Amino acid sequence: MSAVIDHGHAGHDHHHGPAKGLMRWVLTTNHKDIGTMYLWFSFAMFLLGGSFAMVIRAELFQPGLQIVQPEFFNQMTTMHGLVMVFGAVMPAFVGLANWMIPLMVGAPDMALPRMNNFSFWLLPAAFTLLVSTLFMEGGGPNFGWTFYAPLSTTYAPASVTFFIFAIHLMGFSSIMGAINVIATILNLRAPGMTLMKMPLFVWTWLITAFLLIAVMPVLAGVVTMMLMDIHFGTSFFSAAGGGDPVLFQHVFWFFGHPEVYIMILPAFGAVSSIIPTFARKPLFGYTSMVYATASIALLSFLVWAHHMFTVGIPLTGELFFMYATMLIAVPTGVKVFNWASTMWQGSMTFEAPMLFSVAFVILFTIGGFSGLMLAIAPADFQYHDTYFVVAHFHYVLVPGAIFGIFASAYYWLPKWTGHMYDETLAKLHFWMSFIGMNMAFFPMHFVGLAGMPRRIPDYNMMFANFNMISSIGAFAFGATQLLFLFIVIKCIRGGKPAPAKPWDGADGLEWTVPSPAPYHTFSTPPEVK
Amino acid sequence: MSRHPHVWMGILLWLVFGTAQASWTTNMTPGATEVSRSVFDLHMTIFWICVVIGVVVFGAMIWSMIIHRRSTGQEPAHFHESTTVEILWTVVPLLILVVMAVPATKTLINIYDSSESDLDIQVTGYQWKWHYKYLGQDVEFFSNLTTPQAQINNQEAKGENYLREVDNPLVIPVDAKVRFLITSADVIHAWWVPAMAVKKDAIPGFINESWTRMDTPGTYRGQCAELCGKDHGFMPIVVEVKSKPDFEAWLAKRKEEALAEKELTSKEWTLEELSARGEKAYATNCASCHQANGEGLPPMFPALKGSSVATGPAEEHIHTVVEGRPGTAMAAFGKQLSEVDIAAIITYERNAWGNKVGDMVTPKDILDFKKAKE
Repeated sequence: MSAVIDHGHAGHDHHHGPAKGLMRWVLTTNHKDIGTMYLWFSFAMFLLGGSFAMVIRAELFQPGLQIVQPEFFNQMTTMHGLVMVFGAVMPAFVGLANWMIPLMVGAPDMALPRMNNFSFWLLPAAFTLLVSTLFMEGGGPNFGWTFYAPLSTTYAPASVTFFIFAIHLMGFSSIMGAINVIATILNLRAPGMTLMKMPLFVWTWLITAFLLIAVMPVLAGVVTMMLMDIHFGTSFFSAAGGGDPVLFQHVFWFFGHPEVYIMILPAFGAVSSIIPTFARKPLFGYTSMVYATASIALLSFLVWAHHMFTVGIPLTGELFFMYATMLIAVPTGVKVFNWASTMWQGSMTFEAPMLFSVAFVILFTIGGFSGLMLAIAPADFQYHDTYFVVAHFHYVLVPGAIFGIFASAYYWLPKWTGHMYDETLAKLHFWMSFIGMNMAFFPMHFVGLAGMPRRIPDYNMMFANFNMISSIGAFAFGATQLLFLFIVIKCIRGGKPAPAKPWDGADGLEWTVPSPAPYHTFSTPPEVK
Repeated sequence: MSRHPHVWMGILLWLVFGTAQASWTTNMTPGATEVSRSVFDLHMTIFWICVVIGVVVFGAMIWSMIIHRRSTGQEPAHFHESTTVEILWTVVPLLILVVMAVPATKTLINIYDSSESDLDIQVTGYQWKWHYKYLGQDVEFFSNLTTPQAQINNQEAKGENYLREVDNPLVIPVDAKVRFLITSADVIHAWWVPAMAVKKDAIPGFINESWTRMDTPGTYRGQCAELCGKDHGFMPIVVEVKSKPDFEAWLAKRKEEALAEKELTSKEWTLEELSARGEKAYATNCASCHQANGEGLPPMFPALKGSSVATGPAEEHIHTVVEGRPGTAMAAFGKQLSEVDIAAIITYERNAWGNKVGDMVTPKDILDFKKAKE
């Protein structure tokens, strides 16, 4: 399959670089340009979603209502979740995929470049639509990012229709992106690049792309049913009309649980490239890493109801979902053990990508531990919908997905810009993020166990101390991300020129092309031994 | 895990929690039932398993990060594969999970056995309050937040039970199996009392079951756990566990009060009396949306001050309050409140905040309206 590359056009392609002006970006079909746009877009959304989080933490700084009213607070929690999940994390990984997958498999571009352009440009449209709801009469979505019916149907503000269309657009974008990734990986690999020689980032993205294709239509289905209930008199989720509000949750989480792996698997892949580089030692257990990723992906379809242990599922169902969920700890554990073994007896240095990667492994594992605790259904009756859950999923998403993205950005910035980033500032960025993140999210375990429900704008004084600490940590973490913006801009504008392979322990095709990577690469496929 | 350390930890936690107002509480409550203690034991067991695994794995990583660095002159090893260890670290965690699954399954089976109850209580979630109905006892009431708005808006010092206090707590007997039939009248809520380890979603159109057997009298507090709209953070649950004689006395008193309440419908009311009662009932039932000053939070929650409904014909006003406004957040209060309270609220609304209709809607008017609808 990988040999189907047309050598005839290779020479021709070298002659033209990027077009000039704004139209370069609007009309581009170049995977590097599109990757860059995805990454900038996702960073903008990260700052926007982060600013919503700052409003939440400011309101929760002290008991009592100070800054916002409950109505607006609910819009902030909802929009924070939606923007971070669909606007920041997912597009960041698609951006990394666009930039790196062709470079890693030795392909000249993504397999479907025009579709690639379209799938990016849907996103600004989708998020303009979504964010505009905040300015509409009645306010934006206020029912949480999980938008449970009937709060999101019968009881929703009028803007819910715009929210539904925004979700549809994001879904189209994700599905097209996923098709593109699969087509590229399966068809455009350089000769000799067998599946089991692919870097793990490519493997994890391949699996992620299949997950996306499987579950994004489910999300589209569930929001369409909402649309029907709201505007066309159906009763999918209304018990009064013979429907079932719990059906909404089943369908949503059938999408939602694979979705959380969609947000973490590509980070697994990136970290599996970065740790060997800085340990100067090959990845331990490559094959088992591939199988573990595939197992996690398969299991992710069988555990959705662990998000719904309290809805009144019958005992046997409850047991099934508890056991299946506990089982996920096994392949996830395998991955953690493999990363630790890769580090063992290496010759490690701790540049920013390695710092973020090691923090990823340790802190993601802490999120995994709380996940294992949450899997125990009887104990979940106490944890469910408390700040313990908020702590859990922020531990897997912030040091998981977000730190994975930072590690990747620092790792490949020299390849993208042709300059080395400022290592001192990057280390500062790491340590401030590390401290801020732990300070913000660790105390949430405590308030959750003490009995504080999530998604409340005000609370009893018994939760006050830890909430104040959380807020201070969150402000520090948020402010630190402006430093990241500064570091990236500084790196684009100048800095020590980067060699083709800036990391001595690195391995892979992306390091065989010059830095910055030319506009067209691998027009002639490389030979992989 | 032996039981004793947990008991001690529980007492310690209770001391911190109960006496010192407790802002530094870091752990789950062991609660006051057999179920809640076994849940707590499960929680601590899995927690310590995680701690041990964490210490081993993170310990190895930290050791490695200190020793295996290039700056210490370490040469990288070349090993990168071992089927034996891969099998080992697949099988060992699997065994740990099996060990964990056994007690979890036992506890879950126990939790699901809600048969043979001594008392059945229907718990209904409303935006944003709880309704309790003692089945077969002719006793039912709403349980509303009593924290004053001034405390929430930081104009007054906050009380000890800020946001965790209600007008009518749920009262149950000690050492009796109490079954809860949990449902909702509008959106999904979740009824959660940590001391019972009971958390169950209240779902419109469905009835969920749960149960408890509290072993110590006292007051226990919880909160709604499922996002249910604007005042999700303001619908607490307070449970008073009483000795059996105290409970029986309370129940009898409640029944008398219900009768007295019914008689109020036929009483002759003056405008002042009704307005005064209406002001209180309005503060409890209406002010969270329409606000104490009647100005509402438009456009979701319209103003009543100067509104066409509150200053127009009484018939329309009664209709709106009794039947609600389908498709909006305005609930049908005819099913929730007594005729007296509805009449009082309407009368109050028509004569407060500069609304000067001057007329009076009596409990009998409401009764007649309801009858005409039947």
